Amino acid sequence: MIAPAPSGPPEGGRRRFLSRLSILAGAVAAALVGIPSGRFLLGLRKVPQVWRRVGSLDGFAIGNTVEVTFLDPSPLPWSGVSARTAAWLRRIGDQRFLAFSVHCTHLGCPVRWLPDAELFMCPCHGGVFYEDGRVASGPPPRPLVQYPVRVRGDAVEILTSPVPITGPRPEASELGHYRGGANACERRARGGGSTS
Amino acid sequence: MRAPRAWRWFDELTGLSRGLGPILRHPVPPAGRSAWLYVLGSATLVAFLLQVVTGTALATGYVTSSGDAYDSLRFISGTAVGRVVRGAHAYGASAMVILIGAHAIRVYLMGAYKYPRQVNWLSGAALLLLTLGMAFTGQLLRWDQTGYWTAVIAAEQAGRTPALGDWIGHFVLAGSTVGGATLSRFFATHVFFIPGLVYLAVALHLYLVLHNGISEPPVLGRPVEPATYRAWYREHLEREGRPFWPEAAWRDAVFAMLVVAVVLGVAAALGPPELGRPPDPTLIDASPRPDWYFLWYFAVLSVIPKWSEDVVIVLGPLLLVVFLVALPLVAGRGERHPLARPWAIAGVAAVVVLVWHESRVGAVAPWSPRFDARPLPADVVGATEGPIATGARVFYDRGCLYCHLVSGRGGIRGPDLSTVGDRLSREQLLTRIYSGAANMPSYVTKLRGQELESLLAFLASRQRNAP
Repeated sequence: MIAPAPSGPPEGGRRRFLSRLSILAGAVAAALVGIPSGRFLLGLRKVPQVWRRVGSLDGFAIGNTVEVTFLDPSPLPWSGVSARTAAWLRRIGDQRFLAFSVHCTHLGCPVRWLPDAELFMCPCHGGVFYEDGRVASGPPPRPLVQYPVRVRGDAVEILTSPVPITGPRPEASELGHYRGGANACERRARGGGSTS
Repeated sequence: MRAPRAWRWFDELTGLSRGLGPILRHPVPPAGRSAWLYVLGSATLVAFLLQVVTGTALATGYVTSSGDAYDSLRFISGTAVGRVVRGAHAYGASAMVILIGAHAIRVYLMGAYKYPRQVNWLSGAALLLLTLGMAFTGQLLRWDQTGYWTAVIAAEQAGRTPALGDWIGHFVLAGSTVGGATLSRFFATHVFFIPGLVYLAVALHLYLVLHNGISEPPVLGRPVEPATYRAWYREHLEREGRPFWPEAAWRDAVFAMLVVAVVLGVAAALGPPELGRPPDPTLIDASPRPDWYFLWYFAVLSVIPKWSEDVVIVLGPLLLVVFLVALPLVAGRGERHPLARPWAIAGVAAVVVLVWHESRVGAVAPWSPRFDARPLPADVVGATEGPIATGARVFYDRGCLYCHLVSGRGGIRGPDLSTVGDRLSREQLLTRIYSGAANMPSYVTKLRGQELESLLAFLASRQRNAP
């Protein structure tokens, strides 16, 4: 049984001070624990983008779209197979390549390339993309994201990139701008090729 | 009968029987014919405890690393007991989701969330959302191919948040890509964060059940009047109350035992859900599907119009929270009986029908291309050479068959084309092939040479009375 609180001078200055002191002490202790824990939780590991070799130049026939795989930049040692990434790579010229993210821009499922239909199709909600990554049908709000590609001597290299988060559906005007962005990405890829 | 000496010694020092005895024997109103409806809450709690026990056992064998989790689960599933424990955890999760849903519906229909039990409802609503969080993260911890893609899909959905989307999406993944930190984050969420909150909410919920007393079955024409309810309830208990232990508790105990027996029985008979292929993102031909509890949402995201997508993904869950919070605050008094609240019945029926129907739609996923479609056989095509046979080949090669049905073969996203030759003229066919539609690509640049003519010939030959 808990005894009732002793009566005394109600809300005396000393008691008020001690109450506030106790609450403050608790808050300080909570902050001392909470700040580093929270920062550890919220802090995202920053990894540099690196060029990864995905094959040798003569391994890719012009016009063919193939799956290439490469390792994430500086994967944690316990990542295992989950540190791998796939991309759809198409050779479009002697030194020119296009690399598409496998992530459907709807909800991130892996799109498949159908070589005879020349379409990317998503198994989740049926999104379809044309061979250049534009949305052909279904729910995806944006074209497939492209990775920068470059050719260094005999090696074809892809610049590792974060998993693309589509974000809110773009306005129509913004979408035009975004397509420009995708083309810029493509140009960069070509530029990378020509500098080799 | 005298209690053993050791117990009397312990009880004198702890005051346990003086403290707990009255709690166990607290009076509850007689529930009459609806008595068995009152077992759902305690059964949910027992399902949670089942999850705690089996989950703790699994955690002793599960390796929380993106690289090894899959193999550790294979190991667990390969042992005779591990198989049953993993199965019990999986089916226990299903039981908990079903029971908490049924409990929430029971409380809603009986108006038990009204005065003075509004905070009971709010703590229960928190438990409902936390349970769904457990179901989602638990499916992901299976960390097979579907588990891997579930992490990506979760990040994409969170990423639809305005302004902060990109950061939130990568926060869910614990980095810029799925990797070593991703699984650990979901493991900590599933095993520490959410269960910690569940313990707190359960404690509050149970405290409030005792503090406010369990609600009596509603009576038509006796609305809740906050000014007089507590006095009336106290008097009602004095007149008709019976001790919870054992007069009401026995039903809880028997039903909970049945729940546990069914879960363990199913686990022993069926074993745990099959592990898919390894979480290797380079295995592209994955078809991620959520477990049954989110299959309806998977379907909803397919059938809603495109423009509403961001609203549904971001505001949909928020609206659910707003509804759950606002309900007891807005409708905290008045009639409790469902017959006096027809909208409540209609709302529950609508939600149940929606979830049931969309789950079935999600299981079929008619919008998904049927990648396993095979080329049409000659007896369906009706020709082995000539333009019709060539057209049938084009129809398959160009991916048409993945989405269109022909004589029972192929996909079901687009219209069934088995008799399209009866329906559409050559020009109409041409228009559709060229311009495509919201859910069909345009083939204007894809068909070369004679392919278009062959395709048209094939489609024109799809008639009820084939020539």
